[in-house]
Amino acid sequence: MDFDLSEEQQLLKDSVDRFVREEYPLDKRQKLTASDEGFSRDNWKTMAELGWLGASLPEEYGGIGGGAVEAMVMMEGVGRGLVVEPYFATAVLGANLLLQAGSDAQKQELLPQVVSGDLMLAFAYAERQARYDLFDVEMTATKDGDGYALNGAKGVVCHAASAGRIIVSARTGGGSRDRDGITLFLVDGNAAGLSRRDYPTVDGLRASELAFDNVRVGADAVLGAVDNGLPLIEHVADQAIAGLAAEAVGCMDVLLSSTNEYLKTRSQFGQPIGKFQVIQHRMADMFIACEEARSMCYVATMRLDDPDAEQRSKAASAAKVQIGKSARLVGQQSVQLHGGMGMTDELNIGHYFKRLTVIDTMFGDQNHHLKRYAAFR
Amino acid sequence: MDLEFSDEYRAFQQDVRGFLDENLPEDIREKVTRGLRLERDDYVRWQNILSAKGWLVPGWPVEHGGTGWSAVERYIFDEENGRAGAPNVVPFGTRFVGPVIYTYGSEAQKNYYLPRILNNDDWWCQGYSEPGAGSDLASLQTRAVRDGDRYIVNGTKTWTTMAQWANMMFCLVRTSNEGKKQEGISFLLVDMNQPGVDVKPIMTIDGGQEINMVHMTDVEVPISDLVGEENMGWTYAKFLLQHERTGTAGIGNSKAQVQRLKKIAAQEKSGGIYLIDDPDFRRQVAELEIDLQALEYTDLRYLMQTVAGKPPGAESSLLKLRGTEIQQRISELLMQAVGYYAIPFVPEALEYGWNEDPIGPEGAAPLAPAYFNRRKTTIYGGTNEIQRNIIAKMVLGL
Ligand SMILES: Cc1cc2nc3c(=O)[nH]c(=O)nc-3n(C[C@H](O)[C@H](O)[C@H](O)COP(=O)(O)OP(=O)(O)OC[C@H]3O[C@@H](n4cnc5c(N)ncnc54)[C@H](O)[C@@H]3O)c2cc1C
Repeated sequence: MDFDLSEEQQLLKDSVDRFVREEYPLDKRQKLTASDEGFSRDNWKTMAELGWLGASLPEEYGGIGGGAVEAMVMMEGVGRGLVVEPYFATAVLGANLLLQAGSDAQKQELLPQVVSGDLMLAFAYAERQARYDLFDVEMTATKDGDGYALNGAKGVVCHAASAGRIIVSARTGGGSRDRDGITLFLVDGNAAGLSRRDYPTVDGLRASELAFDNVRVGADAVLGAVDNGLPLIEHVADQAIAGLAAEAVGCMDVLLSSTNEYLKTRSQFGQPIGKFQVIQHRMADMFIACEEARSMCYVATMRLDDPDAEQRSKAASAAKVQIGKSARLVGQQSVQLHGGMGMTDELNIGHYFKRLTVIDTMFGDQNHHLKRYAAFR
Repeated sequence: MDLEFSDEYRAFQQDVRGFLDENLPEDIREKVTRGLRLERDDYVRWQNILSAKGWLVPGWPVEHGGTGWSAVERYIFDEENGRAGAPNVVPFGTRFVGPVIYTYGSEAQKNYYLPRILNNDDWWCQGYSEPGAGSDLASLQTRAVRDGDRYIVNGTKTWTTMAQWANMMFCLVRTSNEGKKQEGISFLLVDMNQPGVDVKPIMTIDGGQEINMVHMTDVEVPISDLVGEENMGWTYAKFLLQHERTGTAGIGNSKAQVQRLKKIAAQEKSGGIYLIDDPDFRRQVAELEIDLQALEYTDLRYLMQTVAGKPPGAESSLLKLRGTEIQQRISELLMQAVGYYAIPFVPEALEYGWNEDPIGPEGAAPLAPAYFNRRKTTIYGGTNEIQRNIIAKMVLGL
């Protein structure tokens, strides 16, 4: 057993932390969220140059050959900095889908472009009626010549507007809530028949509603096995959850230390408010919540490579529940302990709180994962 | 013991309902129930309707424009307003400074300001908190120095709700540094339409603009706008806090929001069924409803004690505490009910009359911002930590 980072991983962490410290003060981040695209292409280039976009990809595609732990290190940094570039959508969701299911041709064509920063990705899996059920897919892909025609809609697709390729789940067989019959497709971001409604999200990122009206793709657009996309989707969802858990841990760490600092400097009734015992106990609970979240983040991360898919998914659901609980306490109480200041858009606190709130809904909220966990025997 | 109101009170309740049905403008009701942004004019329009009926300030003495209702009737009136989706009457004039003026003000102040409140001629805001004085309000630093027949005021007030719409501010200022810090505070009525008053908006985490910072530089206040005696302001401010119990729990409004939650849940799918049929969701709503009922009957028990002549004690702390915690919980469940569709941020959708297709389910757009915004309720009006301190000290003697 070992919970320490290797030397290379520590270097990666140091470089992310430095970037976040130097390039990501809140006012700069807020300017980015207000810009047209909602993030900085220059930052993206920097991330590529530093090797981060290939942190979890094999060297043959230009990556640094890391895995789940490298992804965790990166995502914790993303959380710490409230990074708005599409790192999660591209390097966690998209890259993992390609790596696990792509044909050699697909991997050789696309992964080096991901690593070099030339290709951004998005994963369109959610549908309105599905809520958090990944297998609830109504969008259809019907045979059309030697390819397919895609019809239907996907919702709240993170960073779809900047994606060169969008990976889409669609039904090639079965009924809308069947586990079989789901296939993944690689669709060009500018494909004819694909329309987007783009919007900012409450945490300052970007997402889109996608409508597919007879979007035609060739047979080589299929990613992975026809009709059997669900195991792949579930695997990547578990990776996504581990990544989000790390991001949440990064967010909570900042909230904990910022709030702790505030309690020492803010005085009322002639003493720092951190001297009031009720506040001390609250902070102690928040500290415990952060520690437990980190532990469960590690568990989910380390179980990603477990050959037993059930163990992997159980750990992911457990982490998502813990993260949800911890983030709720730490987010809400960080606002509360800052008093009026906590309610202001000017302070960092509210922005972390909002990101944590969104993370809870992504890939299933606490309620969903509690149910999923309970369903495992 | 009897859990129901008497027939007489139920008849009164029907009267109030009938009035609200007929007179609450539909657009305003819709804004309130759907969590859309209210404009200054919405409040004024509604308050003018209440004024015309003579129901704007039910709690005031009859000679100043009150209704003469009993505490029970006032309670029923508040709850019915909440249920119907009426906006809260802006409390700063009607519930805060008005009672201070008719209790401690001069005849001239009563004659001038009270009718103006009744007619919605002035928009009041509350200038208590300062950057350095929040929970510890008595440490406030804004100074008023006597200069002939006026005070010259300098200092900064903050978190001032709706100051951007206000022309008058009631203000706690320091007039003396002698003795205990509570003993050097005075209560001034400040005309905000003068050059030394600078109102700066503060954006809140939900993207809204309802609070402000108010800088005062050599602001002039005639001594005729000092309420009561100099250095006695703390007494008046405390009176205001204790005097005000009605409406703190916000039960009527919370009940209306629970109905809204159920309506949304009846349209949203979860696990292939409707959310309203999901046992986990039902359990969460049941817990919420039981919390709300426990608060409601606690509120009613206190109400009956008031009717029996027992002076109000620290009960308003309990009502504020639990009322706000429940409001926050409701806003959280509302947001969770729409799943991913809480995430899109569409500020235009918070404006009435926005008629583009919604993103996701109808009515989803305000839910996350409302959840963020509701965090304020356990901070303002004395934080919930301070309310617990009050209960511990005043009730439990700890
Ligand atoms: C949306 C909003 C609207 C407002 N509107 C107005 C308005 O119109 N007019 C006005 O005058 N003010 C207004 N306020 C200010 C409000 O009353 C103050 O924010 C509140 O009193 C807390 O003060 P503070 O913000 O300085 O926090 P602080 O007093 O600095 O408190 C920070 C934290 O420390 C805790 N704390 C402080 N002292 C103790 C203690 N002794 N024991 C335990 N915990 C303690 C608090 O509970 C809080 O969690 C508003 C605030 C908000 C958020």
